[in-house]
Amino acid sequence: MQPRLKIGVLYSRVRVEEKWIFAAMEKRGIDYDRLDDRSIHFDLSDPTPWQQYDAVLERSISYNSGLYALRLLNAFGVPTVNRASVAEICGDKLMTSALFTRDGVPQPHNITAFTPEAALEAIEEFGYPVVLKPVVGSWGRLLAKVNDRDAAEAVLEHKATLGSVQHSVFYIQEYIKKPGRDIRAIVIGERVLTAMYRKSDHWITNTARGGEGELCPITPEIEDLCLRAAKSVGGGVLAVDLIEHPERGYLVNEINHTMEFHTMQPVSGIDIAGEIVEYVMSAAREKTAAV
Amino acid sequence: MSTVSCVECAAEIELAENTEVGEIIVCPDCGVDLEVTALNPATIELAPMEQEDWGE
Repeated sequence: MQPRLKIGVLYSRVRVEEKWIFAAMEKRGIDYDRLDDRSIHFDLSDPTPWQQYDAVLERSISYNSGLYALRLLNAFGVPTVNRASVAEICGDKLMTSALFTRDGVPQPHNITAFTPEAALEAIEEFGYPVVLKPVVGSWGRLLAKVNDRDAAEAVLEHKATLGSVQHSVFYIQEYIKKPGRDIRAIVIGERVLTAMYRKSDHWITNTARGGEGELCPITPEIEDLCLRAAKSVGGGVLAVDLIEHPERGYLVNEINHTMEFHTMQPVSGIDIAGEIVEYVMSAAREKTAAV
Repeated sequence: MSTVSCVECAAEIELAENTEVGEIIVCPDCGVDLEVTALNPATIELAPMEQEDWGE
């Protein structure tokens, strides 16, 4: 008889996505624990409480908490969705870009520098406008479109003076005149589940910033690109964000590893939460099969 | 259905049937984010402020 699998769901807030995930777990009669990342602790001398889990789904809002939890769980031999190595890459735009470069995944032109002076020189060489992004961060926050040298000097100085040391890793991206939208695709394992246009009159089209969702047909080109991008970062449950470049076509902008899908699930009519749960269960079954 | 009182403006807020602990609700009167910390009886607190590394 197949042993009953035990799943953990690590979360910070019960957003609508977590509600759907919990409901999908309960609908399937899965034995799972809700693990609030604000109240848990890890005793490094005794990993056994954590090793009861056949898999843990990580849904933390805090990148740092989520990443360290994944690192610990993976070190304890607990399979996680996603794996720590994937979260490490996806949570850092610069690392994601580096792997896309390695694997020939088309992406916007990005430059990085470690001092305001070097960043300014790189921007001047590159030409305006450019977009400055924090390497870690999400929901479209702290993105700056820089139109001229005055703005570049101001933003770079502010970042270097007011930001944490991480804000002095300057990530500079070409400004792309996209057609008022970008594309988000959900990739689970080897499948592109669904894709959505995120529309906005603002240059930041993130739905967290008020962008609207509309179903996007998954063309063979989109499918191939999303799968290549997902594979490049290590695969799992991922949201791949694409930009339509007026000359270069589809480019992969970034990948999210704990994606929100409160707009995508109703727009697509696909039970994304259920698909995530199925993927977590397959990871858990793989672990028990290997033992 | 439980009713809670906004910790910021004292508005009475009715919680939906399927409310979960850990869920964030927005006060319809003052717009502050509130976290549901318990059910039966229902309690709420001000939701934590957004941190720099929060996101998806």
